[in-house]
Amino acid sequence: MEFSKSMRIKQAKEYVAKKLGVSTFDLSDEYVMREVRESLGIGVITSVAGAPKGCAAKLNIEKLLDLKINCCEKFRKQLK
Amino acid sequence: MKKSQILDDLQEGMNDAAELGSVPALSSDELDKLAEILMTPGRMVGVETGMEVPVTHDIGTIRLDGDQGNSGVGIPSSRLVGMMFHERAMGADTMELGHIDYSFKPVKPVIANEMQAMEVVQQNMIVPILYGAMPNMGLYYTPDGPFENPGDLMKSFKIKEAQEMTEKSAEHLTRDMVWIMQRMMKAGADGVNFDTTGAAGDGDFYATLNAVEQLRKQFPDMYIETGMAGEMVLGMHGELKYKGDLLAGLWPHQQAKLMGKAGSNIFGPVVNTNTSKSSPWNLGRAVTFVKAAVKESPIPCHVNMGMGVGGIPMFETPTVDAVSHASKAMVEVAGVDGI
Repeated sequence: MEFSKSMRIKQAKEYVAKKLGVSTFDLSDEYVMREVRESLGIGVITSVAGAPKGCAAKLNIEKLLDLKINCCEKFRKQLK
Repeated sequence: MKKSQILDDLQEGMNDAAELGSVPALSSDELDKLAEILMTPGRMVGVETGMEVPVTHDIGTIRLDGDQGNSGVGIPSSRLVGMMFHERAMGADTMELGHIDYSFKPVKPVIANEMQAMEVVQQNMIVPILYGAMPNMGLYYTPDGPFENPGDLMKSFKIKEAQEMTEKSAEHLTRDMVWIMQRMMKAGADGVNFDTTGAAGDGDFYATLNAVEQLRKQFPDMYIETGMAGEMVLGMHGELKYKGDLLAGLWPHQQAKLMGKAGSNIFGPVVNTNTSKSSPWNLGRAVTFVKAAVKESPIPCHVNMGMGVGGIPMFETPTVDAVSHASKAMVEVAGVDGI
């Protein structure tokens, strides 16, 4: 959010927390975020077979956070 | 150091920044907090819960496969593997693709290869991926570039001619940076990191401001980060202006405003380390400068924290206690949005 909307850190955390349905403290809680990340398909640290990775996870982030990300746009344009 | 020495040096460093930059001094509470952070026992300290900030990186994966000149550790690995290591093994919040030379100019002959690398990287990465490089305007002067070296001209007292060469180099540099980033955006880059902006003085800073402005017009959603080379813009030309503001002699809080005006999303302030002074002196000075920049900046600030900047000793593998204590101070006292 700092990059896409030039939000300051406090505002950026509040925006993301609200979109993910967690508190701003949860964003840095590895235990909470592991489950949230896996259920939303936005990427986890360890490699889970079948879970979205790379651009697939990024497309999910773009949708969840209501953003327009250049690489996602380029990816979509290449699909027939 | 004794507690009294730490307190004295913090105060002196702070005073130096406040005087040089005409910025507010820290309050006595903030100085106490800095002292408390510096005197926290333990090799490594972290920020208070809830104050975590994201990190952006310069130099991309060269720190893995590069040599000592780039603080690289010489692990033969592809750039894609290096980036995946950063994201998944080291928890990087953002990453960037960079050419081994890490300047914009040498990217031109290999632009198609860089575009191809960006496409492959973007299929495998989740975090924002920038294309990173240094404006490095020195490469446009003889013997490396087409324009006569302003330093040589100045030595011959040809001041006007030196200024003209700086202006021509800046124009060329802007054109190259925009051209490269137009192609990298076509290949799917999320944005750009202009690293060590102003390294060749006010001409370098001027060229980058203009590149940011042009790119922002062409790509409204592009991510643009602009990090500085030093704490003050050196007046190698001396009379260059951007939107009416003289660039020579600008300090971080003034640079931040111009970067926001040009269209950057994130500004990276730098405060140089004085190797003749202690860590508390340097940290008191750095936090004072950066706190003023954070306050006056219209965009988020990711302070440069590394060997020789941000109150960290001038050493290529800085001690972890110095790095972690200084980083905590930047977050909790200067209020940075990231590092």
